[in-house]
Amino acid sequence: MSVLKILPDIYSVGVVDWDVRNFHGHTYTTKRGTSYNAYLIIDDKITLVDTVMGSFTAEFIENIKQIIAPEKIDYIIANHVETDHSGALPEMMRLCPKAKIFGTAKCREGLYKHYYGNWDFQEVKTGDKLKLGKKTLNFIEAAMIHWPDSMFTYCPEEQLLMPNDAFGQHYATSERFDDEVDQCALMDEAAKYYANILWPLSSVILKKIEEIQKMDLPIKMIAPSHGIIWRKDPAKIINAYISWAKNETKPKVAIVYETMWGSTGKMARKIAEGIIQAGISTRIFDVAVTDRTEIIREMLDTRGFLFGSSTHDNDMLPAMAGFLELVRGLRPKNRVASTFGSYGWTGGAAKEMEVVLKEAGIDIASGGPSFKYLPDEREMKACYEFGSDFAKIIKGG
Amino acid sequence: MAKYKCMVCGYIYDPAVGDPEHGQPAGTKFEDLPADWVCPECGVGKDQFERMN
Repeated sequence: MSVLKILPDIYSVGVVDWDVRNFHGHTYTTKRGTSYNAYLIIDDKITLVDTVMGSFTAEFIENIKQIIAPEKIDYIIANHVETDHSGALPEMMRLCPKAKIFGTAKCREGLYKHYYGNWDFQEVKTGDKLKLGKKTLNFIEAAMIHWPDSMFTYCPEEQLLMPNDAFGQHYATSERFDDEVDQCALMDEAAKYYANILWPLSSVILKKIEEIQKMDLPIKMIAPSHGIIWRKDPAKIINAYISWAKNETKPKVAIVYETMWGSTGKMARKIAEGIIQAGISTRIFDVAVTDRTEIIREMLDTRGFLFGSSTHDNDMLPAMAGFLELVRGLRPKNRVASTFGSYGWTGGAAKEMEVVLKEAGIDIASGGPSFKYLPDEREMKACYEFGSDFAKIIKGG
Repeated sequence: MAKYKCMVCGYIYDPAVGDPEHGQPAGTKFEDLPADWVCPECGVGKDQFERMN
């Protein structure tokens, strides 16, 4: 990524990772790559806000060198410990050993437990201000958005919010701003990020947005640590976050299934026919072959979930088991779910899936069809009718 | 005295133990923790806790 002045004396100095396809281990697929954003403020005190993934350290330092000699940096703001933002910090501290790091108490602890560096670190709390010269930085603790150490940094003179991972997207682009990129791709990636990373933290997010709104901080620009910067319409992403955090849903159904010899798949498609005939939108996903990150993104604003699995070893199939474990951790609210599937002898998949859904606190609609071996005509009709009945529940809100 | 669970990270506040590291001695009821007390593990507020049965 080339260096870009985003505001007077504030530069984007981060890097684009065009090639990354898996994130957080293999929990999140990044089909569009990502960027690790960092910002350099030139003032009486030269200040760097966040760094980048360690493997991009050389490119990052080259970017900084286009503006100033790195050793001139006085302050480094560490909004978040995670290595995709702190990875270049050890090298930065080697280059500018007198630089002082600012972050939360949890950030101090977390950075130490990652790098074991003996660095000058000043703990900050919500309400603390740091005068740089002409510009000021205000700090807002943001615990669990999305780690205990997370913090937002706000520059009142420029009405700029630098919230690190919040409002970010895994979206590699040569453009830097929201008005320069495809809106569908942008919102798709923003929703995917929320669904796969922030969804279980919704109540914390909603409270934090309310807190910031009460602080009466005008926000002209939001510069996150991944993806594009929101300058044209920062309210668009804030409002989207409020809606996602409230678990607001649309009347549609996600059918997620796994099948051994095709019967459960056949049932899934017949159930979908009943749903569509009742006027409700639906998507069918074979969980064994579909990208989980994409399914979760689709589920974010979907009111109805149907999970289907053949019975295997008296339980659900393994890809479904893994997927439901993921859903359980995401703690969706205001949803209705049911289960279906084919079995050979005693069955068990439907029951086991319901156990996980109950633990996840998801309401279960009864009547999900379970049939032996290949469903006959009467049983296929029952699938269709179940789809139709489930659609009515979803329509009713 | 009831225990309370942090619904974000799973930490359990046990009043018998308290949170002495953050000035809350053993025997402090959850209800008596100050309003600005936060989960010692993940940092979220008291409102994110639920009473355990």
